[in-house]
Amino acid sequence: MDPNYLDFEQPIAELEAKISELRLVGSDIDLNIGEEIQNLRNKSTKLTEKIYSNLSSWQISQVARHPQRPYTLDYIDHIFTDFDELHGDRLFADDQALIGGLAKIDGRPCVVIGHQKGRGTKAKVRHNFGMPRPEGYRKARRLVELGERYKLPVLSFIDTPGAYPGIDAEERGINEAIAVNMAIMSRVKTPLIATVTGEANSGGAIAIGVSDQLNMLQYSTYTVITPEGCATILWKSSEYASAAAEAMGVTSKRLEELGIVDNTIAEPLGGAHRDVAATAANIKASLIEQLDRLTATDSDALIERRYKRLMSYGLSA
Amino acid sequence: MSWIDKILPSIANGTREAKKSGVPEGVWKKCPRCDAMLYEKSLSDNADVCPKCDHHLRITARRRLDLFLDAGSQQELFADLAPVDLLKFKDLKRYKDRLSAAQKSTGEKDALIAVSGNLKGQPLIAVAFEFNFIGGSMGAVVGEKFVQAVNTCIEKRLPLVCFSTSGGARMQEALISLMQMAKTAAALEKLKAEGLPYISILVDPVYGGVSASLAMLGDINIAEPNALVGFTGPDVIRQTVRVKLPEGFQRSEFLLEHGAIDMIVPRGQLPEKVASLLDKLMHSERPTAVVSETVDAGDTAQSDQSDQPEQEA
Repeated sequence: MDPNYLDFEQPIAELEAKISELRLVGSDIDLNIGEEIQNLRNKSTKLTEKIYSNLSSWQISQVARHPQRPYTLDYIDHIFTDFDELHGDRLFADDQALIGGLAKIDGRPCVVIGHQKGRGTKAKVRHNFGMPRPEGYRKARRLVELGERYKLPVLSFIDTPGAYPGIDAEERGINEAIAVNMAIMSRVKTPLIATVTGEANSGGAIAIGVSDQLNMLQYSTYTVITPEGCATILWKSSEYASAAAEAMGVTSKRLEELGIVDNTIAEPLGGAHRDVAATAANIKASLIEQLDRLTATDSDALIERRYKRLMSYGLSA
Repeated sequence: MSWIDKILPSIANGTREAKKSGVPEGVWKKCPRCDAMLYEKSLSDNADVCPKCDHHLRITARRRLDLFLDAGSQQELFADLAPVDLLKFKDLKRYKDRLSAAQKSTGEKDALIAVSGNLKGQPLIAVAFEFNFIGGSMGAVVGEKFVQAVNTCIEKRLPLVCFSTSGGARMQEALISLMQMAKTAAALEKLKAEGLPYISILVDPVYGGVSASLAMLGDINIAEPNALVGFTGPDVIRQTVRVKLPEGFQRSEFLLEHGAIDMIVPRGQLPEKVASLLDKLMHSERPTAVVSETVDAGDTAQSDQSDQPEQEA
């Protein structure tokens, strides 16, 4: 099994393996197999289109956590220029599970914050698998307030399994750190744009998710608890994760219908990791259009609208 | 077994044991902690705190409000708010059926009760979570009722007291329940800007989305003795980090030591202590004639006081 492909993508992986084999053979022997390779390639594209045209919520959850999925720092590389990472919460530590700093998008200065998962064992540990401790949220809060002070919009990228479930996180008040972030972000007088890029789970996600504009990548998920966690509690077994994902409605399509998510950003065929530059370009185009609109709005009107929107959550309409 | 027992088996045990103990109801009750046989009358005269070991037994939201507020001063608010199964959620049971069962067993429409009332003669708004209603979980109704309570405080210039006891966000309302964290936190930020006090009282247990939103945002955070309060439940932490949890982890005394709460107050002393705190925090609301008139009309806090000058928005 090819680890770069998910379970339900294995037929694609087999075709791609065949293509690679033929290519190797093609370089050895003087045979015209170009046509055959092209055929297989077309077949692979068609198969991918077919599989991806009808993904279940659980399959989308898996794409959202694909090991090759681009992370916040990848997007920062592609979308922004002049990124200056800023460190530390000024109280205890610098948490690399939630990174941030100043940057420019399309020549305009802004604040960027986002979860960072890390690729490869060393980086994963350094970034704690994208699970922030209180310090990460307190750094985010500092950067949001910095943005307000210097009239810089704040762009957040959400991709976390959840806040870190550890003893030290509890000792230093992870619950308070999350609560205060939401309270402050509800009233800062600067545009806030949040984009869910991977898995956005629970309080650890919404702690940087209060915004004027909420985007989701096509194959990202946003949920109150992981499908496995929900299945363990309500179905008494994590094997029902697929049913739980379906029941909770974790996809952008479903959340747009509920009026929680504003906009879905398209991903390339087969998911963001197949073409990071193209995904980043799509995100960038959305962000620039939204910044144009939000920075033209008077800041009092902006926070009034943000507040009304927060108050509307859950009112059946 | 409810989902909350599953998340928090160690702490939910107490209630289950009590049910299984075979003690005839209405006369004697066994303390779930020290096993002492307690005469129900003496237990209830002691605010449902075990006179032998000081264990604070779980009590309903209504009982809590009765113990806290001046007798006869309560008026329920927003009692009509009822849950809607927007997602048509179904796990092993339908959410709709879980709601009906919880409504039947508790007599409540959802997990938060809101009232206006007096505390030592001073008017306030109080809300209390009903833990027996799907683990006191927060969905759309809890969030909306909390926000309406905040709005009433702003409108009538009253302080807010909240008794939290909850397993967290209500999974059956999925992302709508997560959004209630932001909604309630935002409303409390408004209350803060208005200069009106919010006292958060943490009652065993408080976890997840409730703990990481309205419960931790008090101007003053108070816990009952020995309450368990945290973001992630102890069992999940144990499974994740695979180390022994420190003695007293996530208990009130631990929270006090780590700076998360201002004080631990035994149940029986809460009315006096909160009244004393509010007396100081509300001093600037009292001196002028107009305001004190509003305050005197506190027992009709819910009624329309259109003759009063409008508050600035």
